[in-house]
Amino acid sequence: MTAPSSLTMLASGLAFGTAAGLLLLLNGRIAGFSGIFRGVVMYEGRADEWKAFFLAGVIAAGGVASRAFPGAVPDHYEASLGLIVLAGLIVGMGTRIGNGCTSGHGVCGVGRLSKRSIVATVAFLASGVLTVTIMNAMGGS
Amino acid sequence: MRWRTNGISLVVGAVMATSLVAAHVTDPKIVLGFLDFFGHWNPALTYFMVGSMVSFGLVYRFVRRREVTAFGDALRVPTSNTIDAKLVGGAALFGIGWGMTGLCPGPALASLASGGTSILAFVAAMAVGMLLLDPKFHRVVVRGATAGR
Repeated sequence: MTAPSSLTMLASGLAFGTAAGLLLLLNGRIAGFSGIFRGVVMYEGRADEWKAFFLAGVIAAGGVASRAFPGAVPDHYEASLGLIVLAGLIVGMGTRIGNGCTSGHGVCGVGRLSKRSIVATVAFLASGVLTVTIMNAMGGS
Repeated sequence: MRWRTNGISLVVGAVMATSLVAAHVTDPKIVLGFLDFFGHWNPALTYFMVGSMVSFGLVYRFVRRREVTAFGDALRVPTSNTIDAKLVGGAALFGIGWGMTGLCPGPALASLASGGTSILAFVAAMAVGMLLLDPKFHRVVVRGATAGR
């Protein structure tokens, strides 16, 4: 797998943030993936319609991009299925309680200097680092 | 207007997913390497994060000055300033799940079309996790359960 260059990482990040900015400029909405996904899962009619289109764009373009950027989406995930399901449950619950994730709080929230989002981002970065550190220690690596 | 809104949403979602894939944010190794701050730290994700925060911040400042969208509609930006246990606890919980496999909503959904059963399981579990805590969902389930009696 060829890791992307720092320039690619930066350029992709700029595109990501700009696109989120355009969603705000043109649609007046924050591009928070967890909220958008939840809106599709708990669809409540016309108000959630745009979220379904957003999600369709994400899934379709992600599929095409995975072919354009081989190695970006892994063929195989190292984590066991059980761990993945557990992680998914926890991510689902955590984003619901905390009202956001890395895109909503991390990118958009921090980007607009929201105190709430800065606190949330520090919290999930800290617990993320802690989790990885502990899991590595348990794994004996 | 609906179709304009929907079309814009589709395109923005597509661009965001493409940039996630281009930067390999969809690869748990990149995320876990970044979170392995005290071990073998991979700083690559920092460039993506900073790039996205800064670019969004700049567009936000422009939008804020306007106070409305380019089409004159209202901006739906969260206004709460409350920092409470829910926020910190929820975010910390999310971080645990994130650190467990290096997957979070955006990259997982961008991988859905090509990531196989593992990603499907993650996304399904995410949906369940979100629903588990939703009072509306509880009412639906209770109604359905009591209707059978």
